[in-house]
Amino acid sequence: MLLALERATVRFGGRPVLDAVDLDVAEHQVVCVLGPSGSGKSTLLRAVAGLQPLDDGRVLLDGRDRTGVPPHRRDVGLMFQDHQLFPQRDVAGNVAFGLRVRGASRKQQDARVAELLELVGLPGAARRAVTALSGGEQQRVALARALAPSPRLLMLDEPLGQLDRSLRERLVVELRELFARLGTTVLAVTHDQGEAFALADRVVVMRDGRIAQSGTPLEVWQRPADAFVARFLGFGNVVPATVAGEAADTPWGKVPVPAGSAQGERTLLVRPAGVRLVAAEAGLRCRVSARTFQGTHVAVHLQPEDAPRLEAACALRDAPETGAEVGVEFDAADVVVLG
Amino acid sequence: MTADATGRKSRPDGPGRAGRPHGPGRSAALPAAAARLGLMVLPVAFFGVFFAYPVAAIVARGLHADGAWHLGRLPDVLARPDIRHVLWFTTWQACASTALTLLVALPGAYVFARLDFPGKQVLRAVVTVPFVLPTVVVGTAFLALVGRGGLLDDLWGVRLDTTVWAILLAHVFFNYAVVVRTVGGLWAQLDPRQAEAARMLGASPLRAWRQVTLPALGPAVAAAALMVSLFTFTSFGIVQILGGPTFSTLEVEIYRQTSEIFDLSTAAVLTLVQFAAVGAILAVHAWTVRRRESALRLVDASRTARRPRGAGQWALLAGVLATVALLLVLPLAVLVQRSFDAPDFAYYRALTSDEGSVFLVPPIDAIGTSLEYAVAATAIALLIGGLAAAALTRRDAGRLVRGFDALLMLPLGVSAVTVGFGFLVALDEPPLDLRTSWILVPLAQALVGVPFVIRTMLPVLRAVDDRLREAAAVLGASPWRVWREVDLPMVRRALAVAAGFAFAVSLGEFGATVFIARPDNPTLPVAVARLLGRAGELNYGQAMALSTILMVVCAVALLALEGLRIADRTGEF
Repeated sequence: MLLALERATVRFGGRPVLDAVDLDVAEHQVVCVLGPSGSGKSTLLRAVAGLQPLDDGRVLLDGRDRTGVPPHRRDVGLMFQDHQLFPQRDVAGNVAFGLRVRGASRKQQDARVAELLELVGLPGAARRAVTALSGGEQQRVALARALAPSPRLLMLDEPLGQLDRSLRERLVVELRELFARLGTTVLAVTHDQGEAFALADRVVVMRDGRIAQSGTPLEVWQRPADAFVARFLGFGNVVPATVAGEAADTPWGKVPVPAGSAQGERTLLVRPAGVRLVAAEAGLRCRVSARTFQGTHVAVHLQPEDAPRLEAACALRDAPETGAEVGVEFDAADVVVLG
Repeated sequence: MTADATGRKSRPDGPGRAGRPHGPGRSAALPAAAARLGLMVLPVAFFGVFFAYPVAAIVARGLHADGAWHLGRLPDVLARPDIRHVLWFTTWQACASTALTLLVALPGAYVFARLDFPGKQVLRAVVTVPFVLPTVVVGTAFLALVGRGGLLDDLWGVRLDTTVWAILLAHVFFNYAVVVRTVGGLWAQLDPRQAEAARMLGASPLRAWRQVTLPALGPAVAAAALMVSLFTFTSFGIVQILGGPTFSTLEVEIYRQTSEIFDLSTAAVLTLVQFAAVGAILAVHAWTVRRRESALRLVDASRTARRPRGAGQWALLAGVLATVALLLVLPLAVLVQRSFDAPDFAYYRALTSDEGSVFLVPPIDAIGTSLEYAVAATAIALLIGGLAAAALTRRDAGRLVRGFDALLMLPLGVSAVTVGFGFLVALDEPPLDLRTSWILVPLAQALVGVPFVIRTMLPVLRAVDDRLREAAAVLGASPWRVWREVDLPMVRRALAVAAGFAFAVSLGEFGATVFIARPDNPTLPVAVARLLGRAGELNYGQAMALSTILMVVCAVALLALEGLRIADRTGEF
């Protein structure tokens, strides 16, 4: 393992922010830590970087214990959330910083700066002032700066957090390609699931300083570990249920579940695609309380009588008007029994 | 610089801030604490040897005899009617001066913070000149304005030098900039959108000001008021010159008891009283400063000012300009005019001759002496103050370090007379026999310069986003390298400003220098005071001429700095 955290613990005023976290990152792997704000994901990065001393546990890089090593000797790169470019230096001065403090010659520095600016798509920007750059350009310079000393591990703290949506979607693809090409080992944190799923080989979901789930994006998306992860991923249709055979008793009535689901008292997730709208007389009777256009589909919010709200995904032309009375049936393929 | 501060302030729970334990962590904290201690060694030693020790020696000389402390002297001295009178006068004139300064200067703070008008930069420099002027020059200027044969006397036969008004006005003159810079500096950076938000919620302009702006400014106003009361409570040069036989502050009384009556035990008691009062003022000040640093929305000062609009703002601007002209510019103009008030620049020419002089050397030599001392004092103050500021930068500094912070402010308030005399008494035997060394004067002057250096550097150092340092560390820079590559480039200008303050303060230092400057090597303020103490037109004229020179030197130093000043992030006085 390139990076291994063993029972890493950080407490602020007695409260654990990082609670005995075990985490492995293999070489050339891109791992994304996903979690709401306050879940401890930034602290995790800072602990690996050496900026945050551990109260307990160990950080191993390449199998060697680096727990007490100060940040400047750890040989990890960190790209900060808001970039933290040095305002008094130009683009080249920022990118070359890590090389300069390592005593690289002027020629080596210049060559590496040119190479990296080319790589991040800013050739010829070397002499520009960093304060004159746009958000996307700053992000690229910050990336070049972090990559310049060729760190064993590159860490990204909300790498695309402050950029607008279209830029973010484009940069995510670029980053993914870049890391694949360079074979960089990456540990990134983000609160944006779309970003994490697009970027990562493996996603780690954090909650209150602990790891709630870890797996490939597909695994996590298809089988959230618990109600918290499901809700964090944006799923609203989560209810307690009693599973018996291939059906479950829920506040919404009987819901079919896939064969081989766990039995007994469980939590049930129904993906919006699995909520089918039928005539009002058939199925669970609901009133349409709101509908929001989502680009590829319409999210229809349904209010059954005496049961939690439901969200359904519909094609635009099938979507009922707000206030309409509809019936609901469930599709077992999109029902997941959690935990 | 301001953008960084803004980013930090507006995101109080960002990862950089929240990610810090309340107690020091295990592994990284130990070397950091050791480094901090290392930085503090020199400042602590400096203050121990050149401040605490001399002051303690003087107090001991007054109250310690025959191997026993005579603390019974305390109530005895404090019961004396003349001493009570001094205490009472010191206190009420400080309160009155502070109230008057706030009254006169708060509109000025608003005008400089929120209004934009031609010549604003120059005017801002002009109002700051009085603060760096030697108190002796201030006293002399007011003497030329309101004293016997002064401008008002000539015109209308009005004399104020026998009344307390001369002292109060001189204090306002001296401290105007303290309020304008401290309050105005913050006011200019307050996000106007906060008040706008209140307006959108239905508050009237007045209500928005009272409920949003004023509470935000409150700690700054309090801090400025405390600073002014500290300076006026310990006022020496101004009261010495304008007070006559009637009015005496504690500091003047300490000087009188020490050098005229030779009653050291009374002087020691008074020193302790002043020490206690100053300690109390500084403690409250430190508290308000800490509150001021917390949780305000700040923006770039250059974005908040706009052209005056409406009769009210124009009237306010006119009023402030008139106040500055009458109260700040006129006394200095009169001083300059008096210095030329003889044919063929006779007063200036007299400065170059040593005939009939009160000194052993031509008074003009005092300029060279003063400059040499001030340069040496500035170097010492920068070294000591810079080290201390670097040690105090961390916000999570422990209580010990914060106490150290307050301690370094003490020389601003503890009797300079005591320090000066203490130097003579305490530093006269090996290994510290400095009585005949020239370094004695710069050392005493640096003592007053250090707090200014710290106060100027600290806000800038603290405004450097900690994550910039972290970014450098993660890229491989050692702590020393981080300081050189990240902190130093950002504080370079603040360092220059601090140097200027220290230089001006050293140049004008009077209370301690008057004791330890040797008769053949007087500094400018000492020479002015001696000339004023002599009768005769020529001596008076020479005092005016020397004061003018001193003023020009200080003003030039200050104006050179004003070009460097990092808008409102520095210069907290």
